[in-house]
Amino acid sequence: MILPTNLKHIADAKEHASVISENENVMVCCGRMGPMCIPVYGVMEELQNEYKHVEFRDMAFDSPEAAVIRNLPEARSFMGLPFVIYYKNGKVVEAKSSIQSKEQVVEVLDRVF
Amino acid sequence: MSENYFDSIIIGGGAAGLTAGIYLARGKATVLILDTGTIGGQMILTHQIANYPGVEEISGYQLSSTMRKQAASFGCEIKSNVKIQNLLFKDDLKEVTLNNGSKFTAKTIIIATGGRSRMLKVPGETKFKGRGISYCATCDGDFFQDKEIIVVGGGNSAMEEAVSLTKYASKVTILHEFDHFQAFEHAVEEAKANPKIDFIMESHITEFIGDEKLEAVKYENLKTHEIKTKNIDGVFIFIGYEPNTEMLADTGIEMTKWNEVVTNEMMETNIKGVYAAGDLRQKRVRQVTTAVADGTIAAVDALNIIHK
Repeated sequence: MILPTNLKHIADAKEHASVISENENVMVCCGRMGPMCIPVYGVMEELQNEYKHVEFRDMAFDSPEAAVIRNLPEARSFMGLPFVIYYKNGKVVEAKSSIQSKEQVVEVLDRVF
Repeated sequence: MSENYFDSIIIGGGAAGLTAGIYLARGKATVLILDTGTIGGQMILTHQIANYPGVEEISGYQLSSTMRKQAASFGCEIKSNVKIQNLLFKDDLKEVTLNNGSKFTAKTIIIATGGRSRMLKVPGETKFKGRGISYCATCDGDFFQDKEIIVVGGGNSAMEEAVSLTKYASKVTILHEFDHFQAFEHAVEEAKANPKIDFIMESHITEFIGDEKLEAVKYENLKTHEIKTKNIDGVFIFIGYEPNTEMLADTGIEMTKWNEVVTNEMMETNIKGVYAAGDLRQKRVRQVTTAVADGTIAAVDALNIIHK
């Protein structure tokens, strides 16, 4: 299951593991093609060129494989899409839920990466 | 003219702005479309659009993507997620300054910044967004399976979404500030007939409470001023829209007391060469179709100024 966005995707748990282990800085937006998620994909798409040191990916929330994100301890209180997870050297360094503006995303990127 | 000069600058890349861009660009005008967020406006907040003539059913995302592609293909320059620092509307030249220092000038301006969901603006609302507070039942409803929730609002959206949320929630309480609803009678009747829905009237939420996630709300009865606390798993807020017109505050553009822009039937504001189109305008019907119509009219009239 893959989202029809213009971002690079993570299709399954195996790919998720390799993306976060092979890249120092990774931002993953796990969502659906819904009104709270689409603006975040748009922001990520735009920031890709500016933040070359960050790997931007999305993942389909309804895929069983997205359990790797849904079951993260950092997301246990999340009750709104999308789940946005920031990884540094394979470890979660920040996690956010629901719609976020470009400013909010940039604030996290500048702070954690 | 400099590369930062355009025949027309459109502020807002929703249905009205993109349509205006398409008409202007096809009318041989140079066009810059600026948006402070993602291109598509409120269209992308709509899952399915089934009342756009000629298209049986389409997602808001697909419709806005197609409009964007059309506008770009006709030559519009499009910049999203910009921050506008200043607007200056002089007689002959209109000036837009971004917070990165970029300055753009144009003969005409079309403001199409649309509207946004109204927030309650009470303590805890920002903290618990996505952790119990939601503005989208379709997006987040399934997180509230067998849980108790509140729906705030008394319009059609509140009624319809409350009914749809009963698919998931064990109980839905509609909390509304007045003693009557603004929704259509049939929508109210459907909500009243649903055994999972009850009502708290003439009350408003004063605080959201919780630790990692929302656990309770404080609400005040507006008649007795009694404040109660109610344990709750989630709150969905549907209290209407407000126009995105803050940036126009010092520009001299005439607005209503609800901050909607006043225009004539050609979408002209009180300042020559400055138009408004779409949901930020004072009007009664706000649909993709009416936004498209506004954008068309504004662009056609602006072309008269541009090619004078």
